[in-house]
Amino acid sequence: MSTNIEERLFTIRYKADKVSHLIIKDQEVCLNCPTKECNWFCPSDVYLWHDLEKMTSVAYENCIECGTCRIGCPTYNIEWVYPKGGYGVTYKYG
Amino acid sequence: MADERFDAIVVGAGPAGTAAAYTMAKAGLKVALVERGEFPGAKNLFGGVLYRQQLEELIPEWWKEAPLERTIVEQRLWMLGEDSVVTLGHRNEKYKSPPNCWTGLRVKFDPWFASKAEQAGALPIYETVVTELLMQGDQVVKGIRTDRDDGELEANITIVADGVNSLLGKQLGVHREWRPHEVSLAVKEVIGLSKQAIQDRFNLDANEGCTIEIVGQTCGMAGLGFLYTNQDTLSLGVGVMVNDLKKHRVKPYEVLDGLKQHPMIKKLIEGGEVREYSGHLIPEGGFNSIPPLAGNGWMICGDAAQMVNAVHREGTNLAVTSGRLAGEVAIAAHKAGDFSLRTLSAYNDAIRASIIHKDLKKYRGLHGLLAYENSEKLFNQLPQAVNDAVYEMLLVDGKPKKTKQKQAFRQLKDASGGHNMDLLRLGIKGWRAMNG
Ligand SMILES: Cc1cc2nc3c(=O)[nH]c(=O)nc-3n(C[C@H](O)[C@H](O)[C@H](O)COP(=O)(O)OP(=O)(O)OC[C@H]3O[C@@H](n4cnc5c(N)ncnc54)[C@H](O)[C@@H]3O)c2cc1C
Ligand code: SF4
Ligand code: SF4
Repeated sequence: MSTNIEERLFTIRYKADKVSHLIIKDQEVCLNCPTKECNWFCPSDVYLWHDLEKMTSVAYENCIECGTCRIGCPTYNIEWVYPKGGYGVTYKYG
Repeated sequence: MADERFDAIVVGAGPAGTAAAYTMAKAGLKVALVERGEFPGAKNLFGGVLYRQQLEELIPEWWKEAPLERTIVEQRLWMLGEDSVVTLGHRNEKYKSPPNCWTGLRVKFDPWFASKAEQAGALPIYETVVTELLMQGDQVVKGIRTDRDDGELEANITIVADGVNSLLGKQLGVHREWRPHEVSLAVKEVIGLSKQAIQDRFNLDANEGCTIEIVGQTCGMAGLGFLYTNQDTLSLGVGVMVNDLKKHRVKPYEVLDGLKQHPMIKKLIEGGEVREYSGHLIPEGGFNSIPPLAGNGWMICGDAAQMVNAVHREGTNLAVTSGRLAGEVAIAAHKAGDFSLRTLSAYNDAIRASIIHKDLKKYRGLHGLLAYENSEKLFNQLPQAVNDAVYEMLLVDGKPKKTKQKQAFRQLKDASGGHNMDLLRLGIKGWRAMNG
């Protein structure tokens, strides 16, 4: 009964805002980040480093607002606020 | 937004905020309860076990009407090896009357509890994010700014109960920012399964429930798993310390996948359907991370102040107690007409005299053990060695028992560092962590 992340995220009810509540402050900092660990610790795979474009992409629509990246990014390079009231994740069980 | 001025504003309709709002509204204060979710509970999850006692101090016999899943009659602790388990557990009919605790789901429980605060007179303001505390100077909190148009609200007292990601606590400067070793990240799945299957697999009657806490098989990271029985779902999850997670380059859901494939767990969830995936931080800093709790015009409660007893997975009950105590101090301040720290510091004292302080103090060493000990050793090698040792002891293979005993001891010793003293040292550290 192993589930991949897409299937997992599919079980969550979201109301996505048009603008991201997560902003990479400086892509240059990501470029020089030796660990790029946001690519690993985020439970819903929001962050992905692109070698070619030299940037971290942010799939904010998938964010479950846990706050790990807020604390976990070693250079605090992520500007983190809550989605607007009523937007973002709405759990069905919790 | 509402023009009128409030006696008190509560930010966050989790157990802490709702308990505060309920307490104050019941005493006749004019209270606003502000929550960013579509409804209270929309953003929240926990394991979760709800305890009778602390909430009963607010609402006697609350459990007779609250939406709960199963009355817990049995609690188990599993120490996992790679394909084995050593178990410890306790089941007792006495846990039924009066009931001790229940499993629950936050999307059901939180709205119910908030409805109690609403009925007591608190004004619900949901789907609203508090973006900032309104300050006069850098000392006095005068109210809140929200993300609604025209969204400022004023009050004599603001109670901050905005949970583990307390951005308002940060604004107040009560904590700079939690560090990775002060929080763990938990991911969870709610797995649908028929009532009958749950009752058969866990040996339960219709409303009886069982909890399993899980140590080991967390990819060498400090962490704990849990498997709880609900009416027709199971709650399966695992939390790992964020400092470890940062080091290990493992995706959090892969840790969960690992547990799901363990032979012990696999059978229990077989045929189930994942209904929901979720994730949340848990405060793990404990006693040493509790910030100053009050200032001029404000008090802070629950997860926002790190009030979680991770050893006994108690958080909601401590949140409820801290919310109630803050509410009671607010009532006294309202009567006295003084909202400065001079009056509100009574909340600090009340927490210090309460079970929150006592329990968290008892385990204050544990955080050090989790944050600084070698997690690979504690959460992988040691549980594996215990499994291997028990395996050897129970295996009938012609070797004399005395040899087996020696072998088992050596395995434990090796897992804890290689010397006799290492095992002893670890034992003492563990004992100290649990016994203050
Ligand atoms: C996986 C897991 C398992 C757990 N298991 C258990 C268990 O079995 N038993 C137990 O007792 N405890 C358990 N806990 C701990 C428990 O869930 C928490 O301690 C408890 O919920 C804390 O209550 P709170 O009211 O302080 O915070 P929360 O419940 O987090 O409530 C905070 C509320 O504030 C709102 N909010 C935040 N910021 C804003 C803002 N700026 N504006 C408006 N609203 C805002 C949030 O949406 C939320 O509703 C568990 C936690 C986790 C994550
Ligand atoms: S961890 Fe922080 S700095 Fe590194 S890539 Fe991710 S966002 Fe950028
Ligand atoms: S808050 Fe959690 S889910 Fe959202 S991007 Fe950060 S780590 Fe990922």
